[in-house]
Amino acid sequence: MKKKLRILIAKPGLDGHDRGAKVVARALRDAGFEVIYTGLHQTPEMIAEAAIQEDVDAVGLSILSGAHMTLFPEVMRLLKEKGADDILVFGGGIIPKEDMEVLYRMGCGQLFGPGTPTQEIVDYLKEKFPDRV
Amino acid sequence: MSGLTTKELLERFRVGDRRACAQIISFVENGAPEATLLLDELYPMMGRAYRIGVTGPPGAGKSTLVEKLAMECRRQGKKVGIVAVDPSSPFSGGAVLGDRVRMSSLFTDPEVYIRSMATRGSLGGLAGRTKEVCDILDAFGKDFIIVETVGVGQMELDIAEAADSTVVVLVPESGDAIQTLKAGLMEIGEVYCVNKSDREGADRMVMEIGTMLEMRAKNDGWMPPVVKTVATTGKGVEELFNKILAHRRYLEESNRLSERRRKVIRNEIERIIEERLREVFYHQPGVRKRLEEMVSDVEQRKVSPYQVADMLWKMYFGNEQRRV
Repeated sequence: MKKKLRILIAKPGLDGHDRGAKVVARALRDAGFEVIYTGLHQTPEMIAEAAIQEDVDAVGLSILSGAHMTLFPEVMRLLKEKGADDILVFGGGIIPKEDMEVLYRMGCGQLFGPGTPTQEIVDYLKEKFPDRV
Repeated sequence: MSGLTTKELLERFRVGDRRACAQIISFVENGAPEATLLLDELYPMMGRAYRIGVTGPPGAGKSTLVEKLAMECRRQGKKVGIVAVDPSSPFSGGAVLGDRVRMSSLFTDPEVYIRSMATRGSLGGLAGRTKEVCDILDAFGKDFIIVETVGVGQMELDIAEAADSTVVVLVPESGDAIQTLKAGLMEIGEVYCVNKSDREGADRMVMEIGTMLEMRAKNDGWMPPVVKTVATTGKGVEELFNKILAHRRYLEESNRLSERRRKVIRNEIERIIEERLREVFYHQPGVRKRLEEMVSDVEQRKVSPYQVADMLWKMYFGNEQRRV
């Protein structure tokens, strides 16, 4: 039996716009994944801890506040610190190209900009986790 | 750390490693081959935690109440495990597990462990492996385990067996006296909670539940209390927790706790045997294939489903007749 793909969708930091995160959560649900949604205003510590307790395969961060250069690396650092850097961190939001390049070099997964069809995110995750359903 | 052997995993679990706990839960939840071995190893460490079930209709405030109950446990220095169940889609098999949204104050408390579970086809308000996940958290050293069911209707009652104390959460708008008379959900509460009790109609709801309880024929010496809460502010939660503890004392002093747990153990053994029988039966060479072949015969009314079952039964048990 194939293991279910479990994804944590989280909104770190102070911006209160969670529509995108909800749309993605819904799309991943419809793709057959189990999505743990944690809501707004999460600290990186809260996100890393939830990811571990829920034993997710990946964490998707939605950031529209401009704080992505702090929040993505911090979540990745905490996961590493907790021995869980095999959990993929990916995300979306308003992130300039140059910043994306820097984050990719740090080991961050795919970052999706505004207007991305949700199917693209589903396909990306399916490709990343071929042994999951 | 995904490549750990079960032995290493168990070693880490025993020293309180939350990731090891999480991975053991996943093995069990997924019915992985390692699952039985892991549960066997952990079995001697189980049986200490007290299990509180929280059930009620969607939107009654169960998750918020669970958060506040957990905070109350923490205030008393107790360690808490939470298992929050939400429905899987019968269409895609996917799920959005959103109970954590109401529990964020607990996320970074190292003595609180929260696990979200999808029902994955189970219909009783819990997931198929919820009990085992509670067992694991029990072995992990939690003093209280709070299980939150999916938002239920009237007949998702698995929680009554999985929990030591079942709390039924309703709201002032949960219906009139007729609703409280109906079978199912209204029968399983050991503590009733009218949440959102700052709204109109709360006192009437409390009264109607009370009337229903007085009529209850069950003569087991426990009169379920009805508590008013406002989970968002925490009002009434301490009282609710005290009533749960009172129920626990009642169960312990009347020896019913061990009686109940023995019943659960008995059911569990039966369930395991039934599962294995089913598995063994369908693994018999040809059984599945024959069944599939017979479907159209049944469809065309040439034979009845019972006759097909008899035929398959004979393939496995020989001529021993079994027809119910």
